[in-house]
Amino acid sequence: MKRVSLLLGGICLSLVCATASFAAGTIKIGALFAVTGPASFLGEPEKKTLELLVKEANEKGGINGQKLEAVIYDTGGDATKAVQLATKLIKDDKVSVIIGPSTTGESMAVIPVVEKWKIPMISCAAGIKITDPVKQWVFKTPANDHVAAEKILNYMAGKKQKSIALLTVTDGFGASGREQIKVLARQKGFSIVADEVYGPKDTDMTAQLTKIRGIKPDAIICWGTNPGPAVITKNVKQLGISTPLYMSHGVASKKYIELAGADSAEGVMLPAGKLAIYDALPKGDVQQKLLKSYDKTYKKVYGTEASTFGGYAYDAFLLATSAIKKSGSTPEQIRAGIEQTSKLVSISGVFTMSPKDHNGLDLSAFEMVKVVKGDWALLK
Amino acid sequence: MQFDQILQYTLSGLSTGAIYALIGIGFSIIYNATGIINFAQGEFVMLGGLLTMSCLTVLKLPLWAAIPCAIAVSTLVGILFERLAIRPLRQPTPINLVIITIGGSILLRGLAMLVWGKDTHSVPPFSGDAPIAIGGATILPQHLWILAITLIIIFINKIYFYHTISGKAMRACSYNRRAAGLVGIDVKRMVLFSFIISSAMGAVAGIIVAPLTMTAYDVGVMLGLKGFCAAIIGGMSSGLSTVIGGLILGVLESLGAGLISSGYKDAIAFIILLLILFFRPQGLFGKADSERV
Repeated sequence: MKRVSLLLGGICLSLVCATASFAAGTIKIGALFAVTGPASFLGEPEKKTLELLVKEANEKGGINGQKLEAVIYDTGGDATKAVQLATKLIKDDKVSVIIGPSTTGESMAVIPVVEKWKIPMISCAAGIKITDPVKQWVFKTPANDHVAAEKILNYMAGKKQKSIALLTVTDGFGASGREQIKVLARQKGFSIVADEVYGPKDTDMTAQLTKIRGIKPDAIICWGTNPGPAVITKNVKQLGISTPLYMSHGVASKKYIELAGADSAEGVMLPAGKLAIYDALPKGDVQQKLLKSYDKTYKKVYGTEASTFGGYAYDAFLLATSAIKKSGSTPEQIRAGIEQTSKLVSISGVFTMSPKDHNGLDLSAFEMVKVVKGDWALLK
Repeated sequence: MQFDQILQYTLSGLSTGAIYALIGIGFSIIYNATGIINFAQGEFVMLGGLLTMSCLTVLKLPLWAAIPCAIAVSTLVGILFERLAIRPLRQPTPINLVIITIGGSILLRGLAMLVWGKDTHSVPPFSGDAPIAIGGATILPQHLWILAITLIIIFINKIYFYHTISGKAMRACSYNRRAAGLVGIDVKRMVLFSFIISSAMGAVAGIIVAPLTMTAYDVGVMLGLKGFCAAIIGGMSSGLSTVIGGLILGVLESLGAGLISSGYKDAIAFIILLLILFFRPQGLFGKADSERV
């Protein structure tokens, strides 16, 4: 009997605690980031950004008088782990919204979980599959790869460049870019004259480039993340290839210019998210102020430049918190709030969501830039 | 197919091949002295590159001082690795040793990730990056450095293993550890020596390729595997045949990527590895082992 009463007492106590914490009004934001493992270049800045933002928001007194609490788990880039941790976030931590995962593979794996438990998820991965077709509870912040590809092709059309040599990396990012450029090129009347690939860890791409040099295309489009594109840039210089070289938005950071060397990277063109180039933006750009303050704060706290990837977490946080401000903090209210987002100025672009579009970005999320003397210059 | 394309493929292949060869020789030196395959070899390549980068940027040393510094530190890591992980082993069966080297490589990679972060780092080339044209094909000055340093190292190796007492003692250990011990050779010391030499050599390889390939905490994995391939093709010899093995591998990869498809570049290396292991486990140039009873 004593035991039972003790147990009952325990239950009562925990209930009281639970209500107490609820009354104090904490909103729990769950996050799944690949902080370690192969995709750590995404997860690490995302985690740091989210921690920074939550701290900032709480110092300002929280949102609608409620404090925020971030529960961040490291998935190691592993889809199975991401699913387990998502379930944990929902069942044990009882979060109201999930930010992340960092990669497309993990996001796809977590989608059935959030759909089942009806918790809004804002993925920080770029894969088009995540929000196309639209899933009720799933949003994502990075612009689709095809938006960046379209930006390049539109620019090329203006320069009357018709034949393209593709050089893509053999991972998810490269494969998806390769598919989408091919589809877009067919629609827009470009011809793909070479379709070469390289491994993410390859150290010399002169063989592929020699082949491309023999074909004499109007332009080379390389789709990959560092260090591959930096090696390719050096190889292009070594082989004396003068064909215009386009890179993807995956290398839109100063790191790329540093790795390739300002000399070799001179003249390389790419679509960049505005964070990388906020200094070069024209006066009066709506995002400029926010971009600058994000970069400055990040640099002050962590000592390194803010990256586009951290920006994805920033967008997700902003989408979630402005939804909470507007509609309330239950999962259903947050979901509805995010879907009604209109002209929200953030890091990756200006978001306008709708029941048909759970990404909310268009071509204006990118600017075409060119490397000039080791820095970005805006292309018209 | 034009001639200058083939020439470019071959030149590119030779320069990558020289890197594989240098790493491959590191594998075979330890194999010959101890009978184990040191899968941590690739990590010394990583250490060489990253330590040079640190010496240049953090300690602000000039390049000529940064390189010996990086080699010395990598060698020290090699010594520690042998002392702390290989020597204390109670039952040094080959399988135990191989597993330990794999564990060691994961440990080294993890530590490097903590020290240098996950970013890729660049190291400046030794003597500029103006391309040199050779009959329609181009190479960089750094490629010449790689070829020259590989040749010098092979030459020094040859002298060491065939013309010095400790080199001969190391060879004796590889033929028969027990007999070597009986004639008064300190086998454990020879094992330590082999780790010193191969970690220094791995570091050299890492340093001379870093300006071309850049360096990061995880470059050792792929380069290590390719070096292992080169050593297998060369029959685990610590001399010319591993070098030729590396060069063959590099050229075939490059020609394969250029003439067949770049998607199969790595597959080519590993298919060659499997074929050699199936049909000529003694290497392309080796004679079959005959066990004397």
